[in-house]
Amino acid sequence: MNDGSHETAPEDGVSAMNPPSAGGCFHCGLPLPAHSPWSAFVGGAERAMCCPGCAAAAQTIVDAGCGDYYDSRSGYGATVDGSDAPGLVLFDRAGNSGEGSFTVEGIRCAACVWLIERRVNALPGVLESLLNVGSERLQVRWDPAACKVSDILRALRAIGYTAYPYDRERHGEQLERARRKLFRQLFVAGLSMMQVMMYAVPVYLADDGTMDADMTALMGWASFLLTLPAVLYSALPFFGGAWRDLRRGLPGMDVPVALGIGAAFTGSTAALVHGQGEVWFDSITMFIFLLLGSRYLELTARRRAARALEALQEGMPASSQRMPAYPLARGTEVVAADSLQPGDVVLVAAGQAAPADGIILEGESDADLSLLTGESKTRRMAVGDLLPGGAVNVTQAVVLRVQAAARDSALALLVRLVDKAGQGKPALALWADRVAAWSVAALLVLTAVVFLAWQLVDPSRAWPAAIAVLVVTCPCALSLATPTALAAATDRLLRRGVLAVKPHALETLERATHVVFDKTGTLTLGRPVVRATHTVGAVDAQAALDIAGALEAGSAHPLAQAIRAAASSAAVHARDVAGMVGQGVEGEVDGLRYRLGSAAFVAALAGRRTPAMPEAEGSAVWLGRQGAWLARFDIADGLRPEAAEVVRRFEAAGKTVVLLSGDASRAAQQVAGRLGIRLAAGDQLPDQKLDFVRELQAQGATVAMVGDGINDAAVLRGADVSFAMGGGAALAQLHADCVLLGDSLLPLLDAFDTARRTLRIIRQNLAWASAYNLAAIPLAATGLLNPWLSGVGMAASSAVVVLNALRLRK
Amino acid sequence: MEALYLLIPLSLVLVALAIWVFFGAADSGQFDDLEGPALRLLRDDDRPAG
Repeated sequence: MNDGSHETAPEDGVSAMNPPSAGGCFHCGLPLPAHSPWSAFVGGAERAMCCPGCAAAAQTIVDAGCGDYYDSRSGYGATVDGSDAPGLVLFDRAGNSGEGSFTVEGIRCAACVWLIERRVNALPGVLESLLNVGSERLQVRWDPAACKVSDILRALRAIGYTAYPYDRERHGEQLERARRKLFRQLFVAGLSMMQVMMYAVPVYLADDGTMDADMTALMGWASFLLTLPAVLYSALPFFGGAWRDLRRGLPGMDVPVALGIGAAFTGSTAALVHGQGEVWFDSITMFIFLLLGSRYLELTARRRAARALEALQEGMPASSQRMPAYPLARGTEVVAADSLQPGDVVLVAAGQAAPADGIILEGESDADLSLLTGESKTRRMAVGDLLPGGAVNVTQAVVLRVQAAARDSALALLVRLVDKAGQGKPALALWADRVAAWSVAALLVLTAVVFLAWQLVDPSRAWPAAIAVLVVTCPCALSLATPTALAAATDRLLRRGVLAVKPHALETLERATHVVFDKTGTLTLGRPVVRATHTVGAVDAQAALDIAGALEAGSAHPLAQAIRAAASSAAVHARDVAGMVGQGVEGEVDGLRYRLGSAAFVAALAGRRTPAMPEAEGSAVWLGRQGAWLARFDIADGLRPEAAEVVRRFEAAGKTVVLLSGDASRAAQQVAGRLGIRLAAGDQLPDQKLDFVRELQAQGATVAMVGDGINDAAVLRGADVSFAMGGGAALAQLHADCVLLGDSLLPLLDAFDTARRTLRIIRQNLAWASAYNLAAIPLAATGLLNPWLSGVGMAASSAVVVLNALRLRK
Repeated sequence: MEALYLLIPLSLVLVALAIWVFFGAADSGQFDDLEGPALRLLRDDDRPAG
């Protein structure tokens, strides 16, 4: 870290620029498009940026006097979405108190903390702000007369952080409270375990008879006092869980745990009072601590996953477009969905969900009701039909008259979404749970049998043997094996930018044989770049590009931007530039007249015959001057820089990569050819894509699908496991099993790798837990294991499982 | 060995004290943000914001 950075003026910070930006966007580190036109003046030099959003954010940061951020950061910032968010004003309604919490996304390092606090503190009207890094929450106090919530949110967006008000009720405050309580219980159990162990060791080490009875009793009573808080406070979750299980009549893992703790504690206390027999206070506290520890880890991972999901779904208020003057005027205003009243008229654009139940007044469309009804086929909706709130309008914009206040439907939808992610367990976990439940029942019977049998043989050994069986055979390891591994894997994936929404995702991913990219758009950037430059005769390609770039200097057309991005020299200037709409531009460079545009337009200057060239890849833009053709630029959607690497690695791992595209067949084939994809099909309608996937599945393939668009929803659902790009339509994300949070394909590789490792670890865990339980039962039942040894065995087997799972987090 | 009759009860008192201190710290938000203070330390900044 750069501890002297506050003395470094931003102007001389060239050498201190941290991290070294090797070719990527200076702000976010993403690969730059060739000759990126975006840049910002940071730290005394012009820095290249990958997109206008990053460039604007960097400029804002420097203008606000926070250029030091770039000196001291230790990681790149998040890529900035430069779009405006009109819905932000909706948050102002709630912000009259002058105090509030905001959830801030994209905090990467110490410099972010500094930048955010400094920027918000500098806003007029803000009295104080403090960022909690652990929970990604910004606590702000402000003067309601001088500052609004939307001002704060806008300021944060301007420097590249997405933020929104933190809503206590929605954001798992309950889960957070549970975590805090568990943390305290864990601490108490840990302290008690360590201290009890200190009293237990002398008793174990002393030879028989060398320790006098008073001392043994003292140690015993001290242990008892220290075990009390562990049993009465820390072990509460187990007793509570066992009680719930018993009331439902379904014995779960908590039942033998609670019985074991209860029996061992009662037995030890009785032995202590009578002054004879063994005490197992050390086993009890260790048992409680280790079990709580693995629960705590699981809860932490779950909480993080829940938070990321909520951020995704509730990043913006559920806004709707009300048409106040309908049918006289068609103007719309943005209002919060939950402020809609019956009788309001709203516009629902294609791809949006209906904000409330409403009757269609205008327009005809297909509605996707799958979230509401589970039905996967879209339903045709026309004037007069009722569109339920939460239904997604798929094809065309419609005008609705609201029938009922939105509060119920919109909220119900959100709740359903968040629940969906938290619910359900993968088949493996279900299997482990079933086995555990059965073994609990069998174990209780076995304990009773062992107890009775020892009563007949040797009554003095009945109690310890029963406790040993109860403790040693507790299927804790079996129950922990899968959830801890899944929680660790979910956590790891989240940190790598993949949100696994559905529980089966990892399991299915591991089996996937085919990876299908169901749109050219998943492999491309979605903006045009110059793919190839074909020159005529001895013309230098770069020189031709420079001239073209100079001619297009003033144009905002996407093709013009692509050419400017490919041109390298800013030293070439054009004069007298005139644009002909729909044809091209003409201008003078170094005294010569040039034309750039369609073949016919350039032919009028360069000569009749268009030079013979290979077929154009994408749009063809010609360059010519008086009497001579110079070059042709093929401009098409640019490939993602990481796409080739991703395809190559999948092929190397033995998976078949397929491209299914709705684009023209030729375009799809070209993209496939460049990336080395052998199987590609273009001109695919959504139904055909689905058929294609079904066909593959019929042949025994397990299909993983990557998509981003609205039309993909059906295919994403049809595939065995699906990914939606985070930047894609919200609709696709609702149907996907996993969401790629960033704008990169690389996390896909991580996801497959993690899935493989997770399943391997789960299998190891299950095998270990089963083997341990099977081996330990006869030993405990025959009295060869005493309670403390079985406690150690049981705790160690659980610890092995948890530690093995934790390897995934690395 | 007689010292143990004093030391063991004393250790119990110490444990009780530790739990009391820990609960007090947890109540005052000491453990709410375990990452932030470490980061903030590196960017000590006395200049006025602006």
